[in-house]
Amino acid sequence: MRALFRGFRGRALLVAAVVALTAAPAAGCGPGGGDPAGRTVLTVGLFGSFGYEEAGLYDAYTRLHPDVVIKQTSIQRNENYYPQLLTHLVSDSGLADVQAVEAINIAEVTATQADRLEDLGRAPGVRRADFLPWKWRQATTRDGRTVGLGTDIGPQAVCYRKDLFARAGLPTDRDAVGRLWAGDWRRYLGTGKRYRDRAPAGTSFVDSASGVLSAITGGSARRYYDEDGTVVYKSNPAVREAWDIAAAFATEGLTARLQQFTPSWDQAYANGTFATVSCPAWMLGYIEDKAGPAAEDVWDVAAAPRPANWGGSFLVVPKSGRHRAEAARLAAWLTAPAQQARLFERRGSFPSASAAHALPAVAGARHPYFGDAPIGRIFTRAARGVPVTILGPKDLVIAQNLADVGMLQVDQRGRRPEDGWDAAVRTIDNALDL
Amino acid sequence: MATSARATTDGASPPDPPAPPSPLPPPTRGPGGPKGSGSRKGSGGRAPGSSGTWRSRLYRWDLKATPYAFVAPFFLCFAAFGLFPLIYTGWLSLHRVELGGEAQWRGFDNYTGLWDSSFFWNALANTFTIGVISTVPQLLMALGLAHLLNYRLRGRGFLRVAVLAPYATSIAAATLVFAQLFNSDYGLINSVLGWVGFDPVDWESSKWPAQIAISVIVIWRWTGYNALIYLAAMQAVPQDLYEAASLDGASRWRQFISVTIPSIRPTILFTVVVSTIGATQLFGEPMLYGGSLGVSGGSGNQFQTLSLLMYEKGWITGALGQASAIAWVMLLLLLLIGGVRLLVARLNRETT
Repeated sequence: MRALFRGFRGRALLVAAVVALTAAPAAGCGPGGGDPAGRTVLTVGLFGSFGYEEAGLYDAYTRLHPDVVIKQTSIQRNENYYPQLLTHLVSDSGLADVQAVEAINIAEVTATQADRLEDLGRAPGVRRADFLPWKWRQATTRDGRTVGLGTDIGPQAVCYRKDLFARAGLPTDRDAVGRLWAGDWRRYLGTGKRYRDRAPAGTSFVDSASGVLSAITGGSARRYYDEDGTVVYKSNPAVREAWDIAAAFATEGLTARLQQFTPSWDQAYANGTFATVSCPAWMLGYIEDKAGPAAEDVWDVAAAPRPANWGGSFLVVPKSGRHRAEAARLAAWLTAPAQQARLFERRGSFPSASAAHALPAVAGARHPYFGDAPIGRIFTRAARGVPVTILGPKDLVIAQNLADVGMLQVDQRGRRPEDGWDAAVRTIDNALDL
Repeated sequence: MATSARATTDGASPPDPPAPPSPLPPPTRGPGGPKGSGSRKGSGGRAPGSSGTWRSRLYRWDLKATPYAFVAPFFLCFAAFGLFPLIYTGWLSLHRVELGGEAQWRGFDNYTGLWDSSFFWNALANTFTIGVISTVPQLLMALGLAHLLNYRLRGRGFLRVAVLAPYATSIAAATLVFAQLFNSDYGLINSVLGWVGFDPVDWESSKWPAQIAISVIVIWRWTGYNALIYLAAMQAVPQDLYEAASLDGASRWRQFISVTIPSIRPTILFTVVVSTIGATQLFGEPMLYGGSLGVSGGSGNQFQTLSLLMYEKGWITGALGQASAIAWVMLLLLLLIGGVRLLVARLNRETT
């Protein structure tokens, strides 16, 4: 009897243990929110490198608010970050208190996820007048809720190597270089041909045809969608013109046939095998990292043929967070003009807060690595001319396939531009058919 | 021969077990057992009787329920992480589901859409060709390797561990190293080809070179593993068969063909099936090999496998319904392969 009872109790305990073990994971990640010292823990979920931590912004914020602790998580690539963010939003779990959204995804988030996000337009400390109007509008729903605050934008310039330009008999002064192609991307193509005729051995004029394509499409107001939200990239003359010019770089043999943000591209920076690249403000840090100290003062920055924007981000505050008010306060502070100016100074992310553009930290900024180029002046001027691009929910899919499927085939595999275009359209049609 | 002998000894043992349980029941039935005691002792006699039935019921319940309690954790986990996702995926595959949106009924449109999609057929063909290019050489090499390891070699133990080393390497680490080796511009393999006098091969954007490069990674990683399985099977082949063969004047090669291969045929069939399943699910190698284009399997989908297409559909374009349909098609394909294996095994048994 005792043995039986003991045996039974033993089993009951075992069953209880099993139940406890299977249930434990659910209990383990129960509500947190406070650290042992009783401070509020705010989590920030980002992709890539925003540089908040590196620029000391979190430290500055926790000095202002000693009752707050900030924890940041970051996923390297937006392609991995964004699907995860969407699933977390839909399931209302696993979200950080503040999340970043890339500009190319903001239309979809604003259109489909606005109900799950806080209206930051009315959050304390947010001043609409501080921001570029188009940036503000991109994260604003039809009924006037602003679910995202702009962090940075990506006004473009052209980064070029002075040594290669000199050897190819081209001017090296940044203003003279800018004049080579001012006003028209076809003049950039023309300069490329001039470069090719006297190119130093083993070098090309530009890194990739798809980089040129992104740069040109970033300069037109109507791109892949029209005002009604219809997909129009196929029939849009602006996209076709961008395609034709970019493809001409490939067919004329002006590219190094690389794909951007791949190890080969990185190595080409180190080896100095191409002379120019279209560079948004945030790319300067990347070039500095990859080209290394050996290329200091070799690279310089000139104005792009036409003003264009590439990238930039937003911060959103999910409604499921436990500290929504504190999170909104943090997002507002991080995107305030003073902090954006500091981020530009330290990291090269160009402020989306137009109020910051006049601050000396921005307007007078020079970049020592790029031959003390007056990047503040160059990018401020570029930002002023950027048209208000109409965004659509599937911009990312369209842009990515045009570049990585269509143009890359033309560039790397030598396919005819027409065939490359057809391949891209086929892939996009397939991807847009859900 | 050896296995059948073991099977008969196993078959003889089952009659024994029923004996031990018999001593257990009597003690529990004992107290309340005799009929007469209950009427003589009145109420006092009923107490032990009822406690006895309660105890025996408890005991019987215990006997019946305990095994289920022990297997329950597995089945709970399986239901949560195996069965439920399977059924839910099936349900999703009949809907139009956008990542972050609501589901809309669609019937079998996702499946007919796959039938009409050139991307699906391309992925299926790639899965097949990469599967063949990787599985066939891999198993042949494993067979040869196992045969060599079966000899009395010096440092045999070390060599046996060494062939398994690639299997212990993480897919990511191995693939990233191979991607460097196969780099079209700076890779070691193209440099070596250059010394020998060949033109550089475009290992990523051309179809067959890319598929071969990915197959090389798979072969490198799995050959040793299969070799060890073969080796284990070869060691179970009775030595007298080889003795008899060599007495008949069979060469080493002849022994390998006529004794070793037929003896380990079930093992070969097993590795063929496992490798085929692995090839059907190939994902990590092409994805990492392709870098930022890995999910699309290169700019022209030249090495996009079914798993990659499923991932791209689900997480890049956000079409969860279509991705689920692909998942179910893959499941059906694997069941088909399993059925073929069963058929072959049965035919195999009938012929021997």
